Amino acid sequence: MTDQTATTVQLPKRGLPKINPVYVLLIALVLAIIVMNPAFAEPTGYMNYLKRVAALAILSGGALYVIVSGGFDLSVGSLMTLTVIGSSMLASNDPNSTYWIIPLMLGIGAVVGLINGLVVSYLKVPSLIATLGMMISLNGVAFMWSGGAPRGYLPDTFRFFGRYNISDVPLIGILPVAVICLAVFGVILWWGMHRTNYGRMLHAVGDNPQAARLAGVPVKSVRISAFVISSLTAVLAGVILGGRAGVSVDIGSGFELQAITAAVIGGAQLLGGRGSVPATIAGALALEAIFTLLNLLGLAQPIRLVVQGLILIGAVAFATYQRKRVGR
Amino acid sequence: MTDTTLAAPKRRFRFDRNASTILLLAAILIYVVLVVALGQTRFLTLENLIAILTRSITLGITAIGQTFAILVASIDLSVASVISAAAVVTSVVMNGNPAMMLPAIAAVLVMGAVIGLINGLVIARLEVNPLIATLGMSLIIQGILSYFYNNFAGNVPAEFQVFAYGSIGVVPFSLIFMFALAGLAWFLLRFTRFGSDIYSVGGNQDAARLAGIKTTRVIVGAHILCSLCAAIAGIYLASRLRSGAPWIGAEGVYDLESIAVVVIGGTVLAGGRGGIWGTMAGVIIFSLIDSIFNVAGVDAFVKQVLRGIIIVAAVAFYAARSQRPVA
Repeated sequence: MTDQTATTVQLPKRGLPKINPVYVLLIALVLAIIVMNPAFAEPTGYMNYLKRVAALAILSGGALYVIVSGGFDLSVGSLMTLTVIGSSMLASNDPNSTYWIIPLMLGIGAVVGLINGLVVSYLKVPSLIATLGMMISLNGVAFMWSGGAPRGYLPDTFRFFGRYNISDVPLIGILPVAVICLAVFGVILWWGMHRTNYGRMLHAVGDNPQAARLAGVPVKSVRISAFVISSLTAVLAGVILGGRAGVSVDIGSGFELQAITAAVIGGAQLLGGRGSVPATIAGALALEAIFTLLNLLGLAQPIRLVVQGLILIGAVAFATYQRKRVGR
Repeated sequence: MTDTTLAAPKRRFRFDRNASTILLLAAILIYVVLVVALGQTRFLTLENLIAILTRSITLGITAIGQTFAILVASIDLSVASVISAAAVVTSVVMNGNPAMMLPAIAAVLVMGAVIGLINGLVIARLEVNPLIATLGMSLIIQGILSYFYNNFAGNVPAEFQVFAYGSIGVVPFSLIFMFALAGLAWFLLRFTRFGSDIYSVGGNQDAARLAGIKTTRVIVGAHILCSLCAAIAGIYLASRLRSGAPWIGAEGVYDLESIAVVVIGGTVLAGGRGGIWGTMAGVIIFSLIDSIFNVAGVDAFVKQVLRGIIIVAAVAFYAARSQRPVA
């Protein structure tokens, strides 16, 4: 009916250079950091910042797949913990073990994602409950595996991805491997979401599952694969985080909410239908920039939680307000 | 309309209504069979039954509040943080001084009401997704709490521990209190205007608004009740542990467990259908499961894994038959 008028109304809007506010926010935050700490403008300053944010950024990109498909994935943080603890238990200080441990962990991640997806799609359990249950169970598995206290440490070959810096790079001096990982996986996630048929189906499923089903989208397999992708990125993020920060039993806790916060800052619509990988990665960068800024201001760690909570509510309230104003 | 088309939905409806009873009976049966099989009949006494129920009073009180939030088609993930905050405030304000008991309780209840008010307003007025609104609130409370306290703080006077440890005969005060609270909640839902408004708003918010119900007030009211119950649960926990620490709520996973028992009790996550007694059945089922694990001697970490699986399975038990895709 009004389809055609709708597109003709929308077209001039698309033509305008409309910048996602997250990029403006990110630039403002980075400028604020540079003003407070000029060393940040040096390659070592911003490269360390990018290295710190790499795990969260990759994780957020994967979490966005689930968010765009209309769900939540709260199990990613515990999957990161499981990755780090499991790897350290399996490695038993053997540097050659890395080559089979990482694929094995990716396999475990795929199974976890598959279970999440199957439970949500076939048993119709709301994803929030399903993945929270998975989070409890995975934390229990991590504890069981390590017997309560992690033993062993991660070999250097494993920590390569999170810790190693390539030095003597022209122009920028150092280039952490984590940043290369971020770039590579960021591009892959961007390509999957915005340049493939699968990405379009994902948006369709999140926007209106009934309509998508009637249009011939295999709704269940699309949703299941979104959970698998999210879990795989959680394993990758775990590998990078473990490499950077070492082994501890609660290393991944809180990351699930940070990933959702990053996606929300990047303008992703909760309960599905809209979201952009680059904007989500920018959201992760902005979140870490806010944390860096809080550190520079000398505010204690718990304040992070308060700020994160306020941002989460504020960003969603802002998005709702904007949608209502536009009338969609 | 033939008889068969009428009969089919009717039977399914009855199954839905009685599912929590079926689950409860199944849990009791498993427990009894296990205890008899292991020859540990000392677990079958009245004292032990009361002990089983008393173990889940915090969960029960929280779940009564959560029922209101879920009935109104919302959800509250901030209850665990509210419990921690309430327990810490209780023990810090009392600080061993019996004279400070009433001020402490009053302060905690006001805090709970304010948190619920903010939750409700953010959800109803700003139209923020309730999951995000209450998760955000949870982060804020947890942040503020751990900024000021990082260990057990303050202590509760002996007079106040009566709330958790005192009893009439073999029945503890706290158990009576929980069932009294449940009765009050039942009365509120069954016989008051506010109660019926909750079901209307939960069933269909737009229809309720068009019918002249002030939906914002109902949602805010439900959230105030939810946070108040969580605050009361925190007070009880402080009385039982003799002191409050900023992690006790999160450690008990009261946010997820309270949602799980409400759903097991037959209250629909989409809102508008369900009730308090189902929730109480859910609470008893959960404590029975816990006791089954204890009797069977399941390892603590395995217990955690199983608990996650059981929560999901219990929700699936209800949800799998629904035709709608879920979020």
